[in-house]
Amino acid sequence: MAEAAGVAAEFFASNRARAARAVLDQVVLPGEELLLPEQEDGEGPGGAGERPLRLNAGARSRVRVVCGPGLRRCGDRLLVTKCGRLRHKEPGGGGGGVYWVDSQQKRYVPVKGDHVIGIVTAKSGDIFKVDVGGSEPASLSYLAFEGATKRNRPNVQVGDLIYGQFVVANKDMEPEMVCIDSCGRANGMGVIGQDGLLFKVTLGLIRKLLAPDCEILQEVGKLYPLEIVFGMNGRIWVKAKTIQQTLILANILEACEHMTADQRKQIFSRLAES
Amino acid sequence: MRGGPSGGARRRAGLSMAAERKTKLSKNLLRMKFMQRGLDSETKKQLEEEEKKIISEEHWYLDLPELKEKESFIIEEQSFLLCEDLLYGRMSFRGFNPEVEKLMLQMNAKNKEEVVEDETVELDVSDEEMARRYETLVGTIGKKFAKKRDRANYEEDENGDIKPVKAKKMFLKPQD
Repeated sequence: MAEAAGVAAEFFASNRARAARAVLDQVVLPGEELLLPEQEDGEGPGGAGERPLRLNAGARSRVRVVCGPGLRRCGDRLLVTKCGRLRHKEPGGGGGGVYWVDSQQKRYVPVKGDHVIGIVTAKSGDIFKVDVGGSEPASLSYLAFEGATKRNRPNVQVGDLIYGQFVVANKDMEPEMVCIDSCGRANGMGVIGQDGLLFKVTLGLIRKLLAPDCEILQEVGKLYPLEIVFGMNGRIWVKAKTIQQTLILANILEACEHMTADQRKQIFSRLAES
Repeated sequence: MRGGPSGGARRRAGLSMAAERKTKLSKNLLRMKFMQRGLDSETKKQLEEEEKKIISEEHWYLDLPELKEKESFIIEEQSFLLCEDLLYGRMSFRGFNPEVEKLMLQMNAKNKEEVVEDETVELDVSDEEMARRYETLVGTIGKKFAKKRDRANYEEDENGDIKPVKAKKMFLKPQD
């Protein structure tokens, strides 16, 4: 918090755009303007002295940069819309890479392509209304299931859990979900099985758990047979052989958000003993 | 040299007042097709110019500043999927749900192995082999589409391959 306050003071005092390179992994605030490496000429804190000599100055400015969640393009300027740490990913082949803000929030805003867990709240004609935790329930066509036809309706009841993907998600329209991919296969989407436990966590924790090198999940997977479904909307569904095991699992996942690696190790070793 | 205007002016000057009044026909009448023949070049030009003026005045155009969106090098993307290489959201451990476990391997391996896969893809049948195989098919398929009368022209040679007989009927010019 002290860090954020310091940054805020500095930002509002100088009221000047900072270079994106210079604030990587630092806190950025909504309303702040960032300068991409191509725009830094003389404006950034580095100044002209530090800049290496460029041979292809003209070609440089055409590098494409992707601005992810938490950033917004406004003309040629890059503005911050969320509070959090600025992250950057180097590009795979050419381009300027991806910038985004790693923020902590609980409110979910539907994004096209996201896999989420929804609860069916209503069946009306040929669409289901699904609560996904957004500002508006999403619609889900009964034809958007694997193998579904007009004759062969999927067996979906009110109250069922649905794991699906957004195909339409923007600020002006009702979000729309589907449970098939572009090839018409389910790929694990559809109604999530019976029983189990659904609980909500912050959106940041979901991303932390789904990161490719997440130690928590590797540890959890060693405990006992279990199944987990993660929705990008902050919902987690867990199921194990017994209710007790399911509850332990849910508690671990919920608690590990604010634990250090050592604390986690302790808990996992204690669980392994019991 | 343009003799038209000066010649016309001279002629008009020579005409009497009464005659001038008589020749003054309305513009609309002069514009008619049958009147065009008798017109001299000056009045013709005048009429054409007027017509052009009317047409250009009646043209519609939008009184707006030019909208020119500059090509931007910043692309907006609101999904974390692209940024963080997140794993597939369904997981199963220690054989709880074998179906999901299989799916998990498949979906999570997709990101990593894509590069490797491209290299291992090899052609089962080389292009040359394919061409050779189709070579023999030309005759067989050709026979299928040939008319009954022409079918006799297809003969089997010593290899068993069917080939069209080359002799073509054509017009022979008589010698005289």
